[in-house]
Amino acid sequence: MSERIADHVQLQRWREKIIASQDPKQVCIAVCCGTGCSASGAGEVMAAFEEELQKQGLGSKIATRTTGCHGFCERGPLVVIYPKKIFYQRVRVKDVPEIVTETIRRDNIIERLLYVDPTSGKRIVYEAQVPFYRYQKRLIFGKNGLIDPTKITDYIALGGYSALAKVISEMAPDDIISEIKKSGLRGRGGAGFPTGQKWEICRKEKGDVKYIICNGDEGDPGAFMDRSLLEGNPHSVLEGMVIGAYAIGAVEGYIYIRNEYPLAVKNFTIALEQAREWGFLGYNILGSGFSFDVELIRGAGAFVCGEETGLIASIEGRTGEPRPRPPYPAQKGLWGKPTNINNVKTWANVPLIINKGAEWYRKIGTETSKGTMIFSLVGKINNTGLVEVPMGITLRDMVYKIGGGIPEGKKFKAVQTGGPSGGCIPESLIDLPIDYEELTKVGSMMGSGGMIVMDEDTCMVDTAKYFLSFTKEESCGKCTPCREGIDRMHYILSEITAGRGKVGDIELLQELADYVRKASLCALGGTAPNPVLTTIRYFRDEYEAHIKDKKCPAGVCKALIQYCIDPDKCNGCGLCFQSCPQGAISGELKRPHSIDQEKCSKCGICLESCKFNAVIVR
Amino acid sequence: MDVKAFEIIEHNNPKNREMKDISSPDDEIVKVESILERSPPNPKSLIAILQDLQTEYNYLPEHMLILVAERLGLPLSQVYRVATFYNAFSLEPKGKHLISVCLGTACHVRGAPRIVERLQDVLRIEVGQTTPDRKFTLQTVNCLGACALGPLIVIDGKYYGRMTSTKIEKVLKSCE
Repeated sequence: MSERIADHVQLQRWREKIIASQDPKQVCIAVCCGTGCSASGAGEVMAAFEEELQKQGLGSKIATRTTGCHGFCERGPLVVIYPKKIFYQRVRVKDVPEIVTETIRRDNIIERLLYVDPTSGKRIVYEAQVPFYRYQKRLIFGKNGLIDPTKITDYIALGGYSALAKVISEMAPDDIISEIKKSGLRGRGGAGFPTGQKWEICRKEKGDVKYIICNGDEGDPGAFMDRSLLEGNPHSVLEGMVIGAYAIGAVEGYIYIRNEYPLAVKNFTIALEQAREWGFLGYNILGSGFSFDVELIRGAGAFVCGEETGLIASIEGRTGEPRPRPPYPAQKGLWGKPTNINNVKTWANVPLIINKGAEWYRKIGTETSKGTMIFSLVGKINNTGLVEVPMGITLRDMVYKIGGGIPEGKKFKAVQTGGPSGGCIPESLIDLPIDYEELTKVGSMMGSGGMIVMDEDTCMVDTAKYFLSFTKEESCGKCTPCREGIDRMHYILSEITAGRGKVGDIELLQELADYVRKASLCALGGTAPNPVLTTIRYFRDEYEAHIKDKKCPAGVCKALIQYCIDPDKCNGCGLCFQSCPQGAISGELKRPHSIDQEKCSKCGICLESCKFNAVIVR
Repeated sequence: MDVKAFEIIEHNNPKNREMKDISSPDDEIVKVESILERSPPNPKSLIAILQDLQTEYNYLPEHMLILVAERLGLPLSQVYRVATFYNAFSLEPKGKHLISVCLGTACHVRGAPRIVERLQDVLRIEVGQTTPDRKFTLQTVNCLGACALGPLIVIDGKYYGRMTSTKIEKVLKSCE
C-alpha cells in the first residue's frame, strides 16, 4: 500500500528514490503499443520478447517496457532498445529471437530491421537520427516513448507532478493565470482562444462550485494525437488539469473521452486511480488543503459533442446539442455553474509552461502562436504519423523533410488542415508558415491538428463532398441553416460529381456557404462550408472540368471516368480477366485484353490486380 | 420497476424469445441488473448505462430502454432520443461479425469508398445492414486513428490494414 505524498519535499524524495533504483545502463526493450502499432501486431511482438527473454535465461536481466505511441506509425511495430536507443522498425514476431540473440546478447545491429532514409539510401541506427524525428520538437509528445503509461513511477522519474508541487508550494492562483497568459498558450482544440484569459474569466465568475473539463472528444477524421497523449502519457494531461483547477478554483473536473478509444479510457482510468492513491488528486492534494477530483465520461460517438455546449449537454446525460452563446460556459456551464473547457493538448502544455517558465515557452513559435503543435500527418504521404513541431514551420518542411514526400513519385496537390471545419491549401502556398493566423488567412484553420496530404489522384470536388457528407451526418439538426444548408450543398456537389452539374452551381454553392456560415448556431455549421469554399478558391478549374467538360481530372468520380486497357502495355496475362467481378473483361491469353464499358461497374479491381500498369483511368 | 415487472416484459417481448438460445431470461436479468448497478441511478448515468448495455448485447432492445427509463426516472421519449442520437447505439441486433470500414479522411483519399462498394457487392447489403443469415453487419466509422494502415477495415476488433478490393473476399472467408 502506498502512502499519499504530503508535500513537495516528500515528492522530491520519492522521485530521487525512484531514480536511484533505476540503472541508467539497464538494457530495456521498449515496444510501442499505441493503436497504430498494436494494429500492426505490436502486442504479439511484446509477448514474443517476454517469452524469448525467459527462454534465453535473460528474464531477470533485461527489462521490457510497453509504451504509448512514438508517432512513427508508418513503420510500426516500433522497437527501441535502451540505453543506446537502437531503432528497429516493422518488427515481426519472427524477428524477435534474432534481436535477443544478436542485439541483446552480442551487441550486433541487425541491418535488415533498420530504417532506410529514402533520400540518402542510408540505414539509420538510432531513433533521434531518423529524419522523421530529427526535424521535430517533441516537448509534449516526446515522453511517450520513455514511459510505461500504466506506471506513475515512470512519470515521476521524468519530473512528473513537479509543476503541480511548484504551484501549490510557491504560486497563488492569480500568479498561475498570469504565467499562462504570459506564455501565450492558445487553445489547441482548434479555435485558438488564449488559455490564460479563458481561465481568468472563469476564476472571476462568482460561485462556490466551478468545474473544469478536458475535451477528449477528438472527432476530426484523420486526427489521433489526443488519443495518443491520453494513451501514452495520461498523467501529463491530468497534472495540467489539477493545476488548472487550482488556478480557477474548481472543485470537480471531467474528462470526456471517445468510447472508440478503449485504450485511452483504460490508461486514463489507471492514471486517475494512481493519482488518487498518491495524493495528486482527491482530498487535500499534496497537503495544500485544496481538494479536487476528476470523473471520466465516455463519449458515445457524436462529432458535435466536441463543441463546448454540446459536450456539456452530453456529460449531463442528454443529447449533445449545442445551445446559443452567451452565456458562455465560463458563466453558465455544466449544471449551470461556471465551467472551463480545454482540449487534451492544451492541458498537457500547462505543466511544461509551469516547469520551464513562460519566458522560455514564448521563445518557441511565431509572434501570435507560441509553443509547439502536434499534427497527424496522414494521407498520401510516405511517413504517416504524429508530428510535434514548433509553430511557424512551413508546410514544405512538414511534407518533405518530416513526411518524406509523396509515395510512388506522385505529384503533391494539397494539404487539408482543420478537419471538416478546415480547408484545402494548394501547392502554391507550400511555403506558408503554419500558425493560427496564417491558416485562417488562407481560408483554412488549425483545428485539432489533422493534416491530410493529397496528391494528383485526389479529386478536390470529391474531397469537398466527402467533408460535407461527414458534417451532414454529424449535424445535430437543431438549427435549420446547418441541417438544411449543408444537405443542399452536399446535394449540389453530388450532382456535380455524378456528371449532372450545371453552370451556376459554383455560385450557388458560394451563396449557400455564406448563409450557412453566418446563420448556424455553433461552429460545426459555422465552419462546415470551409472545405467547399477553399476548394472553389484554389481548384475552381476542377469544378469547371466536372461541370462543363463532364470530366474528373483526378480520375476519382465514377460517373465521369472509364477504365481502359492500354494495348501497348497489356501482355494478356489474364489476371484482370479472372478478377473482374462483372465479367466485363475479354481477350485471348497473351493478347491485349479489353473492357466492355456496358458491363463495367468501375469497381477498380482490374486496376489493382494489373501488375503492368496497363489499366488506365480516362 | 421491480424484477417481477421486468420478467413480465421479458416474457412478452418477442425479440427476447428469439434470444433465449443465447442466454436464459434468468441469466439476462442478473446481467442487466449488474450493469444497472455499475452507475448511480440518476439521469446523468443514462449514456454510460446505454453504452454498457450496447457492449453486452450489441444492440439496445426495446424492453431494456423501458427498464432504463423507469430506473432513472426519465420519460421513455428521452431515453429513445439519446439512444438514437449517438452513433454508438443501435436499436437493431447486429450480425455475428461486425465489419467497420474506416471512412476517415486519410482512408478516403487512399480509396476507402471502393472498399465499401466492394463489401456491399460481396455481402449484398448496404451500409448499416446485416446479412439475412445474421453473419455480417456492415458499418462505416469516421476515423479509427490508425491512418498509417489505411484503407482500413476492422472485423470483430481485428485490424486489416492496407486493404484492396481484391483482398476482401479472402478476408471475409477467414472470418467464417
